[in-house]
Amino acid sequence: MNAAATASTLTSTAELHQMGVAGLGAALGARQTSATEVAQHLLARAQAHSGLGAYLALNEEATLAQAAAADARLAAGERGALLGVPLAHKDVLVTRDFPTTAGSKMLQGYRSPFDATVVARLATQGAVTLGKLNCDEFAMGSGNDQSAFGPAHNPWDLARVPGGSSGGSAVAVAARLSPAATGTDTGGSIRQPASFCGITGIKPSYGRCSRYGLVAYASSLDQAGPMARSALDCALLLTAMAGPDLERDSTSLEHPPEDYSRWLGQPWPGASAAQPLQGLRIGLPREFFGHGCDPDVLAAVHAALAECERLGATLLDIDLPRTELAIPAYYIIAPAEASSNLSRYDGVRYGHRAAEYTDLLEMYKRSRSEAFGPEVQRRILLGTYVLSHGYYDAYYLKAQQIRRLIAQDFQSAFGHCDLIAGPVAPSVAWAIGAKTQDPLSAYLADTYTLPASLAGLPGLSLPAGFGAGHMPVGLQLIGNYLSEARLLQVAHQLQLVSDWHTRTPPPFTHCPKSHP
Amino acid sequence: MSAPLIQGYEVVIGFETHAQLATRSKIFSRAPVAFGAAPNTQACAVDLALPGTLPVMNREAVACAIRFGLAVGAQIAERSVFARKNYFYPDLPKGYQISQYEIPVVQGGSVGFDLAGQPRTVRLVRAHLEEDAGKSLHEDFHGMSGIDLNRAGTPLLEIVTEPDLRSSAEAVAYAKALHQIVTWIGICDGNMQEGSFRCDANVSVRLPGQPLGTRREIKNLNSFKFMQQAMDYEIRWQIEQLQDGHAIQQATVLFDPDSGQTRAMRSKEDAADYRYFPDPDLPPLCIAPQWIAQIRAELPELPRPMAARFVAQYGLPEYDAATLTQNPAMAAYFERTAAVSGQPKLASNWIMGELARRLNEAQQGVDAAALGPLQLAALLVRIADGTLSHNAAKQVFEALWSVPAAAQTPLPDALPDALPGALAQVDALIAAKGLQGMSDTGALQAIAEQVLAANAKNVAEYRAGKDKAFNALVGQVMKASQGKADPARVNALLKQLLGA
Repeated sequence: MNAAATASTLTSTAELHQMGVAGLGAALGARQTSATEVAQHLLARAQAHSGLGAYLALNEEATLAQAAAADARLAAGERGALLGVPLAHKDVLVTRDFPTTAGSKMLQGYRSPFDATVVARLATQGAVTLGKLNCDEFAMGSGNDQSAFGPAHNPWDLARVPGGSSGGSAVAVAARLSPAATGTDTGGSIRQPASFCGITGIKPSYGRCSRYGLVAYASSLDQAGPMARSALDCALLLTAMAGPDLERDSTSLEHPPEDYSRWLGQPWPGASAAQPLQGLRIGLPREFFGHGCDPDVLAAVHAALAECERLGATLLDIDLPRTELAIPAYYIIAPAEASSNLSRYDGVRYGHRAAEYTDLLEMYKRSRSEAFGPEVQRRILLGTYVLSHGYYDAYYLKAQQIRRLIAQDFQSAFGHCDLIAGPVAPSVAWAIGAKTQDPLSAYLADTYTLPASLAGLPGLSLPAGFGAGHMPVGLQLIGNYLSEARLLQVAHQLQLVSDWHTRTPPPFTHCPKSHP
Repeated sequence: MSAPLIQGYEVVIGFETHAQLATRSKIFSRAPVAFGAAPNTQACAVDLALPGTLPVMNREAVACAIRFGLAVGAQIAERSVFARKNYFYPDLPKGYQISQYEIPVVQGGSVGFDLAGQPRTVRLVRAHLEEDAGKSLHEDFHGMSGIDLNRAGTPLLEIVTEPDLRSSAEAVAYAKALHQIVTWIGICDGNMQEGSFRCDANVSVRLPGQPLGTRREIKNLNSFKFMQQAMDYEIRWQIEQLQDGHAIQQATVLFDPDSGQTRAMRSKEDAADYRYFPDPDLPPLCIAPQWIAQIRAELPELPRPMAARFVAQYGLPEYDAATLTQNPAMAAYFERTAAVSGQPKLASNWIMGELARRLNEAQQGVDAAALGPLQLAALLVRIADGTLSHNAAKQVFEALWSVPAAAQTPLPDALPDALPGALAQVDALIAAKGLQGMSDTGALQAIAEQVLAANAKNVAEYRAGKDKAFNALVGQVMKASQGKADPARVNALLKQLLGA
């Protein structure tokens, strides 16, 4: 790689992993490094830190081929925010170059003949795929402890969960194995691991990113989004990921692509540079700040909100009265859809098939019992039950009604405020195994992320400090439909005056080779 | 109309028909729909239900449903909903079928038809869009089953009637009328052998005045003949059961054409709980009134109104009108022939007679007829003006039929110019075959006079009152004219000469 060698003028390639998306994009554009050099560095890092359980699959050959292609485009004078920038994909997004397992034994070794739309859109912009990231099986879980391929570890405390289901994505970004990652969020699966690992992640409005190629968990809730170190980096990724895909996804929004970085660094409309959030009204749902939330989390969130006030924002109390109904509604709707979505894994055409069976029914039962993990089986059973004849009206239909009321509550709230803020989760990351035997307690921890999911609203999580055990705490921002650019603008303003998002878990600050 | 009773029992039948829609691609994917392709070559990632794939509605399939709804006078739902019907089967790749459940796209409507000369109407409950499953192949795999997913995702319109049918004959007449409608409006190719039009019959019997009996559903009837046989067997079987004191159990049955019997596939106890729920991958199907209006404007005249018009406009008997409106191509052929020749009844006779016979022999549709409406019209003109006898016309017809299309003189399409060209072609054939002349009264009269002179005995017998003798004279004249003379003209001429 001649181009790489001559272009490399950075003081130390060993610190490439400390650079974010924007920084790498700029360095690549200035030919100070090459896509190949960056990819090689990060692949080595991923291998050195394989114990974190972040990656499920690497394919050095494919990654370096993509990097070489990006370098060729750079050499030809092409420039782009993501051209040559490496990232990794949650393993529920299908990829041609890497196997896709969705964290399940069911799909072990499965190779998709096509790329997910979001994967393809990022690739078109020249992003280089480092590999596939660990997650809870079929994105069902909130600790990444439900992966068939072992847990991922929180880089801030290896004994704790990174959150889930996009746990591997959060780990890779937090441990500086990748500057950014894709995640998917059904009930909080981007926001909660972002919060637990001290990174920034945004779940866009439902339909903003195509679901084509996203291995379905709960179709009416699933949404892909970026996870990175900063709002700026998330904005750069989301700009590439979002946009209509009407020929492949009927639920894709017919809304043109937009540049999500366009308001970054700008004051809120009507505000001054000195008070950049002047005029911004932030609603604080009383239901998010009650006794259910740990005091250390509340303290960090309040501190971050105080920072918003200093920047000129107005805080006001609002009500989201159906918040506590979000959990039962979600745990009816999502399993119902999942029970149907996962029916295709029958061992007939692809995926795991039991080695021994005597008839068709036994083939189904054995294949599915052998290859689905306990949480997946639990949700399939739950979903099958609530859709059964005679129960449909009482459960599924009622849950859908609650869902509409929750969406209405948000619209009422947005009559008084521009965005809503609160904690992402009621606690910091828990110890691996702590909730494995108690799924209900894990479900309850989704209280603050579920309402936006059910309403289809965009939600962002950004680092807001540390709580118990020096574990990261996230601040959640929820906006109205298609207000992603505003959420990112506010998050970026906070990140201009704070450094929570720049903190690196100490063992992962340096290159393992130079600091064994 | 009172229903015919069978051994005192009234028959109640409702129909569910799956019409495969004549779209180019599948209902939720871009894979082609082609019958008879090598297994699994017409199935894309969506049809295989690979992880991450999603359905996207085929607009043409919706247009077909709208066209059907308008043709049967139904309500087109402005908003209808796709649901998932969940069950496991190896040829059902997603583990659910996308169908419409609570809110179908076509609601109500009716199908009219004639049964033994009496007009009948069957009310439709609904027609909904859904996808077909693949095929399981249980032979040739040595104890295993093969799966062919070519058919998976093929668009279907399921058309459901009220239990309005009161006999197997009426049910078959309904099925034929429905078949005619779906093929007429071009939404289905109607090929029953290939499964493009398959019927399920829900059959029950009851004593008059009693509530509806328990029904059994005969699945997948794919010929009108088997349909009738299956229902007749099922009706007899149910009546025998009841007469023997057995209750009918709700069941799904299959008809075996070899044994002529129906046999149960599964009983109600085995009925699956399909766990229907709205498909979250597909937003509600919203149809704009403008779209419906546009399709309404493009809808062709339907067979029954057209037949009524043929009776009123052309003075055709109802039988002719019904026969000529079997399919749009036939009806168009008739209308053009009638318009050009000005001889609608003659056109009807020849189309239903000679043309139909030749088409049947060649197993062709009227579109492929070797003889176009203009040529037939020219032939009819020459019959009407007395140039050709019926027999002579048949010979011209045969000659026209056997001219290879490539050798035919292209004829102008516009009406004023069309006839002269066709007439020239027909006249040339008449001249070439020497079939003319008998329209020449003088020539025919000369023959007749010769015959009378040579058959004095017959003439005498005729004058003595023997009608047979007259027939013999007609035969002689026909023979002498080499069959070219018009028998009616010969009759009239002989009577005139004999002074009758």
